[in-house]
Amino acid sequence: MLLTFGWVLAQSEVEGDSITNLNEVVVRATKPYAEVIPAQTLKGEQIESLNSHSVADAIRYFSGVQIKDYGGVGGIKTVDIRSMGTNHMGVFYDGIQLGNAQNGQIDLGKFSLDNIEEISLFNGQKSEIFQPARDFGSAGTIYLRTRRPQFDEGESTNVKAVFRTGSFGLVNPSILVEHQLSNSISLSANIEYINANGKYKFRYKKYLSDGSLAWDTTATRQNGDIESLRLEAGLFGRLNGGRWNLKAYFYDSEKGIPGAIVNNVWKTAQRQWDRNFFTQGSYMQRFGDKYELMVNAKYARDYMHYLNPDTTMMYIDNEFWQDEIYLSVANKYTILKDWDVNLSVDYQWNTLDATLHNFAYPTRNSLLVALATAYKWRGLKGQASLLGTFVNDRSTANISTGSVTRLTKSHEELTPALFLSYQPIDDVPFNLRAFYKRIFRMPTFNDLYYTDIGNVNLNPEYVTLYNIGAQYAANFNGLLRRVLIKADAYYNHVTDKIIAVPKGTGQYRWMMMNIGKVKIRGIDVNAQASFNLPCDIALDLNMNYTYQKAQDYSDPTDNDSYAGTYKGQIAYIPWHSGSTIVHGAWRDLELNYSFIYVGERYHNSANIPANYEQPWYTHDISGSYRFKFNKVRLTATVEVNNLFNQNYEVIQNYPMPGRNYKFILKFEL
Amino acid sequence: MKKIAMFLVAVSFLTACQKDDVLPPPTDTEVSNPELTEVSGFYLLNEGSMGSNNATLDYYDYSKGVYTTNLYPTANPDVPMDLGDLGVDMAIYGNRLYTVINGSNKVEVMDAATARRIGQVEIPNCRYIKFHEGYAYVTSYAGPVEYGSGNNQVGYVAKVDTASLAVVDRCLVGYQPDGLEIVGGKIYVANSGGYMYPLTENTLSVIDIASFTEEERIPVAINMQYVIADDNNCLWISSRGDYYETPSRLYCYDIAQHAIVAQLEVPVSDICIDDNNLYIISSSWNNLTYSYDIAYAKVNVDSRTKVADNFIADGSDADIIMPYGIAVNPVTKDILITDVHNYITPGTVYCFDATGKKKWSARTGVIPAHITFTGK
Repeated sequence: MLLTFGWVLAQSEVEGDSITNLNEVVVRATKPYAEVIPAQTLKGEQIESLNSHSVADAIRYFSGVQIKDYGGVGGIKTVDIRSMGTNHMGVFYDGIQLGNAQNGQIDLGKFSLDNIEEISLFNGQKSEIFQPARDFGSAGTIYLRTRRPQFDEGESTNVKAVFRTGSFGLVNPSILVEHQLSNSISLSANIEYINANGKYKFRYKKYLSDGSLAWDTTATRQNGDIESLRLEAGLFGRLNGGRWNLKAYFYDSEKGIPGAIVNNVWKTAQRQWDRNFFTQGSYMQRFGDKYELMVNAKYARDYMHYLNPDTTMMYIDNEFWQDEIYLSVANKYTILKDWDVNLSVDYQWNTLDATLHNFAYPTRNSLLVALATAYKWRGLKGQASLLGTFVNDRSTANISTGSVTRLTKSHEELTPALFLSYQPIDDVPFNLRAFYKRIFRMPTFNDLYYTDIGNVNLNPEYVTLYNIGAQYAANFNGLLRRVLIKADAYYNHVTDKIIAVPKGTGQYRWMMMNIGKVKIRGIDVNAQASFNLPCDIALDLNMNYTYQKAQDYSDPTDNDSYAGTYKGQIAYIPWHSGSTIVHGAWRDLELNYSFIYVGERYHNSANIPANYEQPWYTHDISGSYRFKFNKVRLTATVEVNNLFNQNYEVIQNYPMPGRNYKFILKFEL
Repeated sequence: MKKIAMFLVAVSFLTACQKDDVLPPPTDTEVSNPELTEVSGFYLLNEGSMGSNNATLDYYDYSKGVYTTNLYPTANPDVPMDLGDLGVDMAIYGNRLYTVINGSNKVEVMDAATARRIGQVEIPNCRYIKFHEGYAYVTSYAGPVEYGSGNNQVGYVAKVDTASLAVVDRCLVGYQPDGLEIVGGKIYVANSGGYMYPLTENTLSVIDIASFTEEERIPVAINMQYVIADDNNCLWISSRGDYYETPSRLYCYDIAQHAIVAQLEVPVSDICIDDNNLYIISSSWNNLTYSYDIAYAKVNVDSRTKVADNFIADGSDADIIMPYGIAVNPVTKDILITDVHNYITPGTVYCFDATGKKKWSARTGVIPAHITFTGK
């Protein structure tokens, strides 16, 4: 019973493949998987026990990560890892990157945790050489892995139905069906519906300098409603020495965009419709004991409709369509027992169509070639990779003689990465590690081509990453079952950062420029412990702390003491942040407490009182109880979030919800 | 275990709790020697950044030489959510100060002596303000939308009774009306068409005040912004251009002749008139050169020519990163220029004497833009 919540155990897998799926073990059992620097991982029951609505909420518990959260059920939530900016984060869904060529940002608030089995976060890149070239192409990566069918002895069908309700008018049912079609093929289908009015009370108050109350106002957040439907289906196959899967994903939503709260404007009317579809497949096969092949393919179509019907502002009714085709081949060859090489070649095609006037209709062809090697010698493990990126954009321009389509952007570049880890003493589970990586992101279609705002002269934005760290992990027999302590220090340098600047008086015309330089020095610390206490009580602790000094080096002349931005802490990055999770289990009862702390910040790199943002910290608790009803397993959960009802903002003028509740009922057959 | 405990203790020491949100107190800075003239001081309206609710009001007191920033919250501690979002114009009429707060869809009305709030006029997407015989006239972009191709939105001029602070009438004009001027019983409105693509609006609307109806449209130039009357019964009209081939320009319209009588190759971002001179700064973006073109000019309204390329004589214009607003003290003839730096950090106001020598400067709020003198 105690070990059924292997939820911290999951994180302990310092060595070996953390993927527990049987199908994969078949493939990988032939060779120990040499993970140089392990990921931060949340999985299975651990995800379920955290009071999280979306993937973004769960990722807050990782160290080194800041979420830009505009609040509410439908609000946009993007992830910034180690202060490099959201565009440097690659998000992978079942092994293939989620693209957004339009603005480069993945809204993780849109991704439900309903069928997510594992979330992993890697700094630099995934510690694996046998992967598509795309996986080498970001400064940080998040992998979302959906549940794969597994069947108990003698079973060939699983059914899971979940109903969630609570604050914000939330109605959120979902059903998952898994069926074993044959010995080697299984099927999974999942449907989820979300409807919420998104309303919540928020409060602003200010005091006079003598401590007396100046004003205190409470209002209800409006236009935060969402209605969404998600459909997913997958086929999973096993082959002799290989495996394959196919999946299709469809998401359709309509939501309000709540907007900034400013004087005399307490409600907005902007609406957004999203429709995302993708289908992807993966095939992995071992040939002999030296060579492995992996093929990935994807087609994605994304539709977005933005409407501002509010006639007190510029009327906007824009639609955007994106298409993506992606093909990848990875080849791994084992030269010696402890020496592998990999060659991956990816091709990607992106287009953007829009109802904007004088639009450029850009098309981007990207070819990525990655050469990587992994080597192990005694306690030393190393991985080195070199990524070649070849990008060509074509777009349409209206000139006096008519419209022409021409090559408007071309970029070729080689970027390296090196990962090392060293275990000095054989039997002591203590590791030292280090990595270096240089990578860039291409300007997005919006950066380059958005009518009147885009700047086709933009250069890519570069990041150089350095990291050193150490980790100690050990399992024991006794009250203390497991301990993990890890710490990393890092230095990141961002150059040619793409920033929007106004074009002149009026503030309604903006322009993208390569003007930013940021230096980030940080420390991430993570400590975990698991206990087997008397009376069948299991207790797990997980603590994260992050220190970041992320300084703006863009303009050395802007250095006056009154409000200079030079060397100021960049917008919305706290110096201190952290989280704590305490999870207890007793027989069929589970309790979870989590705490998130984000320290004081400024919303601008001029670190002056006018730009100050308060620290915020939320306490969330949840309890769940499971029981059996004939063959049906039932789990009932109650969550209370922001227990102490703190008023806070993650982004200036976007108030967050106070205390709120959620009730979850889960049936499993 | 011990390590974890130590770690916990360390974290709790490093972290800070929420403090009470205190209304920011005004800051007083002595920046110059006292000057005693009929002009007792000036208000400076900082636009703030869009969506940030940080329009702020500063005041300079000539009798003390003291510059005070952000005085609204302290003058009005009981008013929630400060002055508002995006302050785009300001004027004094009678003993009241009117600030046009575009993002908050209102004109905030204050006592000109104390900045104490009197009330507000609800005008969505309000832009510029002028007064005539007890009424305020405010341009607004928020007229009816012509749904369909382009979804163009007609603007209007709101007529506001300054006694009741009520909008008593509206007169539809062209697309996105900006600056306005009142001469000889008529309101002249510069229609910018700034929301349109391409920029095709090029008319000046003429409203007869008595009937409050639009009686004429005069084609002048695209993307117009300001209309200023001189003593020669002429209007000086600025156009922002299209940021591409069509540059920003200054036009002179003779009301009696009913014609454009001069077109000057002077780009305009902000303009003010003092006696028979126009003082002009320009910092407009150019999509072809991908740069800001910064320029200063002085134009004589009698000769209708540019008489000086620069009115800063001591080279300190090199310190001004991004000029944005200009005003001339009607008594001392001192020239005030605001610098918005990078648009997101607090700016600076510079004071030059009539010969163009720098007298003083002071730090302001975000995007210092509009100056109104008091006492005269």
